[in-house]
Amino acid sequence: MSNSTFVYVTYIKTTPERLWSALTDRDFTRQYWLGAHCESDWKPGSSWKLSFEDGRVADSGEIVEADPPRRLAIKWRNQWSPELNAEGYSLCTFEIETVPGDNSDAVKLSVIHSIDRPESAFIKAVSGGWPRILSNLKSLLETGSVVLPKKA
Amino acid sequence: MNVDHFKPLTFYTIYIASTPEKVWQALTSAEFSRKYLFRKCGRDRSEGRRRVTPDGALHINGEVAECVPYRKLAFTFNVNWPELVEKLGPTLVTYEIEKAGDTVRLHHERIT
Repeated sequence: MSNSTFVYVTYIKTTPERLWSALTDRDFTRQYWLGAHCESDWKPGSSWKLSFEDGRVADSGEIVEADPPRRLAIKWRNQWSPELNAEGYSLCTFEIETVPGDNSDAVKLSVIHSIDRPESAFIKAVSGGWPRILSNLKSLLETGSVVLPKKA
Repeated sequence: MNVDHFKPLTFYTIYIASTPEKVWQALTSAEFSRKYLFRKCGRDRSEGRRRVTPDGALHINGEVAECVPYRKLAFTFNVNWPELVEKLGPTLVTYEIEKAGDTVRLHHERIT
């Protein structure tokens, strides 16, 4: 049986440490995550959650791997849609690499989000969200402001 | 050109703080595209230094299949590396530009 995977790669003018912090700092995530924010202590086995501003939990799960500032893997399950929740846990991996070459000050961020089922509605849903969130993250780190405001 | 036989292979969407007009110009102006095409990303790839050659030699060519200024651009994309066109066959690239509030959603499809 095949799985469903979303892959997004973006190059950001920043350092691996700043990008790691942007992915894991609760208050920083609030700035680009379209009105939600992430919380965890970012250690393998720790719980992880993504909450809306009113406190409702959007998604939750567990840290599978955390190797700052290089690699982060989260076991991730939707909590607000019964249909998406029923698909069970997905795995979301963040890889941060420096770009080799002279005078390069860019970092390559790869986000790989997959679930062990074909034609997943969950992966379809995150495929619309990730480009928004990661465009916001890139713009915020490079220019100091996001491109898309919080959801109304 | 009939492009119905192409099947989507990869998608990429990015939101840019810009206007459709500026994004269109960035995609279609030779002068502007020289600033971002393959300057950095191409350098360290293991497959070699195959990028747009500064001497103007043909690197990738194709034919415009659809052109709606500020909205949509589709073109065939043939990479002129030895034997690659034969191996891959022709591919199609489509750009779609949409306004998203004050920003622009640039959607890029590579189709084979």
